[in-house]
Amino acid sequence: MATKSGRTIEYEKKRSLKATLLRWETLLIFILLAVNIMNVSISPNYLNLYNLFTNVSSFLVKGFIAFPMAYILLLGDIDLSVGATVCLASTFLGITYNSTHSIGLAILVCLVISVLCGAFNGLVLTRFTELAPMIVTLATMTLYRGFSEAILGDTSTKGMRDVAWFANLYDGRIGPVPYIFLVFVLLAVVFGLVMHRTVFGRQMYAIGANKTAAVYSGVKVQKLRMIVFTLTGFICGLSAIFYCSWMGSVKNDIADGYELEAISMCVLGGISTDGGKGNFPGVIIAIFIIGLLRYGLGLINVNSQTIRIIIGALLIIVVMAPNLRPKTRARRRKAA
Amino acid sequence: MKQKKKTSGGLLRSREFSLLIVLIVLCALIQLRNPQFLTANVINSIFKNYAYTMVLAFGMLLVLLIGGIDISVGATLAFCGMAGSLLMKNGVLPNCFTVYLFTTVMGFCCGTLIGLVIAKGKVIPIIATLGFMYIYRGLTYVISDSTWVGIAYMLTDFKDFAQNSLLGVNHLVCITVVVFLIFFFFLKWTTFGRQIYAVGSNAEAAEISGIKIAKIKILVYAICGAIAGLCGAMYTGYYATAQNDMAVGAEMDVIAACVIGGVSLTGGQGSAVGVLMGAITIAIIGKSLSMVGIGAFWQQALKGAIILLAVVVNVLVQRGMDRRSLEGREI
Repeated sequence: MATKSGRTIEYEKKRSLKATLLRWETLLIFILLAVNIMNVSISPNYLNLYNLFTNVSSFLVKGFIAFPMAYILLLGDIDLSVGATVCLASTFLGITYNSTHSIGLAILVCLVISVLCGAFNGLVLTRFTELAPMIVTLATMTLYRGFSEAILGDTSTKGMRDVAWFANLYDGRIGPVPYIFLVFVLLAVVFGLVMHRTVFGRQMYAIGANKTAAVYSGVKVQKLRMIVFTLTGFICGLSAIFYCSWMGSVKNDIADGYELEAISMCVLGGISTDGGKGNFPGVIIAIFIIGLLRYGLGLINVNSQTIRIIIGALLIIVVMAPNLRPKTRARRRKAA
Repeated sequence: MKQKKKTSGGLLRSREFSLLIVLIVLCALIQLRNPQFLTANVINSIFKNYAYTMVLAFGMLLVLLIGGIDISVGATLAFCGMAGSLLMKNGVLPNCFTVYLFTTVMGFCCGTLIGLVIAKGKVIPIIATLGFMYIYRGLTYVISDSTWVGIAYMLTDFKDFAQNSLLGVNHLVCITVVVFLIFFFFLKWTTFGRQIYAVGSNAEAAEISGIKIAKIKILVYAICGAIAGLCGAMYTGYYATAQNDMAVGAEMDVIAACVIGGVSLTGGQGSAVGVLMGAITIAIIGKSLSMVGIGAFWQQALKGAIILLAVVVNVLVQRGMDRRSLEGREI
């Protein structure tokens, strides 16, 4: 469209085949396909829908956390305390159930605690904006896990699965589809829409791209950060509920390393840890890539340590690969 | 310009000074609760126990100074320590010195690889080191076949080295002191040291003024790796075993030590003296909580709270100082 000054502004994105092919998500879909083909060739049982969903639910418990983590990374922040939050919330769920025998109350306490954990992170980070989120959440990670250590000692709290409907949260299915998968899809849609279709989402991009500019253009940066960190706490609470419903017993070392898994999923999904870059669909695909890769390698008895090496290498190679290429593209653009 | 430089130098000095006061108060409080605290024996064991954390903190300092981060140090430590111990078990490394040399060189290679990925592959440091953390930790399990190297397989002089002392100071503590002195001089008075600060405070300006950023980055990660390798030998020597999960989470303690010591995570700010004090603070917190009658299960929570408190107090002090320096300039 030509404006008064004669410049042309394209207000519709070009949708050429090449641009679509070069998108990060396309690359991820190819990787996901490759992982699936590998899994099918390893084991013909892989495509059994029931088994597949059984496995998918087991990694969705931590897959949830990648959603709010994507928001946090988008803001240019980081949260290392999510694993500890899940642990503390689960601990409270366990002890509340065991002292009152009311699972409803236990769930409520669990959610309240997890929201408080997230809100505390947000409060410290928004009050003391000079502090790096990495160090604050590192400290709260130690703090939250320390609390559950102080509460539980070296014992565990169990018995939650005795309540049939609570155990059914994780076990229950509609047809072959487990409830947890439905919750996952619902959350994915909500988080995706909020990120890409709302003012809130655009403001997150703005903050991540340039915080100072965002402040001056009237975005309430600190309020937004507070909301996102609190939301992270809430999702950790959800994850804790499903964890308890799955395992039925809580120790002080559960959910160890969830933070790094969630970050890996986001980064593989194309969210930059510098903030302001990335798309939500990529994160969803990445959750499945990592989860299914684990499952497939587990099928052929690759031990968990080797799987760890493969995932680490995949993470680095996938992130590095596009960076090694554009040199030629930039040169071409310069020549043109 | 000169005036400004002088005030910022003064700020930095007073920041380390304020940390020193915090440290003294902390020690005094613990001493009040438990008179056993400030005895040569306890102090010696604190330094001996945390020697590897302190040494690692200096490597981390370099990485943080250029605005990077390395969360793979714990894994590098385990990988190098395990490799060294396995070679010692198989008789390839004949004495203590070769073990230390081997792990350091191996750590240097591990670090160089990380540096290459970050500088040449343009991968964000936290992602690259997260990936390498998985890889090196995984490789530790692979090379050891998920077993551990027990005390019986360790060379006697290797074990003794970590326990014996020189002039009444444990060898590991001596290594810490030597590393500290090297870093102190190196960061303050060598071109390379100053270039690290330049890259950290303004990479673009540094590049324009002719500093080869990629080279500096690779070298910094390589040195950090070498330090982690050295700590691998120290760790295995001190505990006289090499286990697959050794030093899991060490990076968190090390980063906390650096931040408490006044190192900025955005780069360009921090000193060896500050890091030493930060590391001592972490060591004292880690060691003394049990001495003042805090049960084992409360220690981690308290440690987290103290780290949080330390960084918050640091910010408040910094704010106060900034305000005062603004008032001083009558703005």
